[in-house]
Amino acid sequence: MVENLFQNYYLSSFIAVTVLATFATRIIPFVFFEHHTEHPVIKHLGRYLPAAVMALLAIVFLQRSATWSLPVVGLDALIPGALVVLVHLWRRNALLSIAAGTLPYMAIQQAGLF
Amino acid sequence: MTPSAFRLTLPILFGYLPLGMAFGVLFATQLDYPWWIAPLMGVLVYAGAGQILAVSLLAAHAGLLEVFIAMFVLNARHLFYGLSLLGQFRGAGWRKLYLIFGLTDETYSLLTSRQRTQSREQELHTDFRITLLNQFYWVVGCAAGGFLGHSVTFNSTGIEFALIALFIVLTIEQYKALDETFPLWLGALAAGVAMAVLPAPHQLIGAIVIVSLVLLLQYRRHRDALARNRSGEETHG
Repeated sequence: MVENLFQNYYLSSFIAVTVLATFATRIIPFVFFEHHTEHPVIKHLGRYLPAAVMALLAIVFLQRSATWSLPVVGLDALIPGALVVLVHLWRRNALLSIAAGTLPYMAIQQAGLF
Repeated sequence: MTPSAFRLTLPILFGYLPLGMAFGVLFATQLDYPWWIAPLMGVLVYAGAGQILAVSLLAAHAGLLEVFIAMFVLNARHLFYGLSLLGQFRGAGWRKLYLIFGLTDETYSLLTSRQRTQSREQELHTDFRITLLNQFYWVVGCAAGGFLGHSVTFNSTGIEFALIALFIVLTIEQYKALDETFPLWLGALAAGVAMAVLPAPHQLIGAIVIVSLVLLLQYRRHRDALARNRSGEETHG
C-alpha cells in the first residue's frame, strides 16, 4: 500500500515535470518575444527558418531510416525518398507522393529486399 | 482550392498512429503502470521523442531535476519553431495556448507549409483543427499501443516512413513558396554537420542551432548592407 502510494506520487510528479519541461520549450518564445513580431530579425527568421528546418528534418530522419551497412549503403531509404521527390515534382499531390515512398519502403523493410 | 484540415493531416495520421503505438507498447512492456497512463501522457505531454525518453527515465526512477533537464534539452528545438510563428499565431485568442502546446515537428511543418488565404480568422481555425487532429491521432496510437501491449502482431513495419515522406514533400513545397534554394542548402548542410559531429539525441537541436545562427548572421550582413546603401544615398542626395 505504502509502496503503491509512493509509486503514484513519483509517477504524477514525473508526469508533471515532463509536461512543464515540454510546454516550456513551446511557450518561451511567445512569452519573451511576443511584442517583437514586427521586428525585421523575427520576420527574417519566420521567412527562412521553416524551409531550412524542413530540409534538415527530412535529411536527419531519412538518414536514420536507412541501413548504411554494405551492400545496401542507404538505398533502402534513399530510393523511396527519391520516389517521393519525383512523384511530387510530377503530380504535386502530397498524399500520392507520400504513398509513393512509404509503400516501397514498407515492402523493402518487410521483404528484406536489400 | 484549399484542402480540408483532415486531408492535410492524413500523412500525419499514418505516421502518428504507428509511432504512438510504438510508444504505448514500449510503455506497457517496460513499465509496471496501468496502460491508460500511456494515452494520458499523449494528452498531457504530447511529444514523441520526449515520451519515448520518458519510458527509460521512468524505468530508471530518474530524479525529477534530471527529468526536467533531459526533457527540456530534447525538446529545445521547439524554442525556434515558436520564434518563426510569433506573427502567425497573433490574434488567435483562446486557441493560441493550444496551438502553442501542440507544436510538434509535424504540426509545425504543416502549419508553416500550407497555403493560406486572406481570411486570418478562418486560417487560424484551420490551424487549430490541424493541431487537434494531429494530437488525436497521437493519443489514439498511444492508447492502442498501451492497451494491446505484448499482443501487437500486425505487420506495419516501415509505415513510419510516411513522416519522412511528409518532410520531403513539405521541403519541396517550402521551396516552391519561397522560390529560393538557399534555406534548403542551409538546412541540408546543417543536418550533415550535426550528424557528423554530434550523437543522435543532439543532432536535431544542433542542426537547428546552426541554421538559426547562420540566418542571424545573414540578417546582420543584409541589414548592414542596407544601412550602407541608405547612408550612401543620403550623401549623394
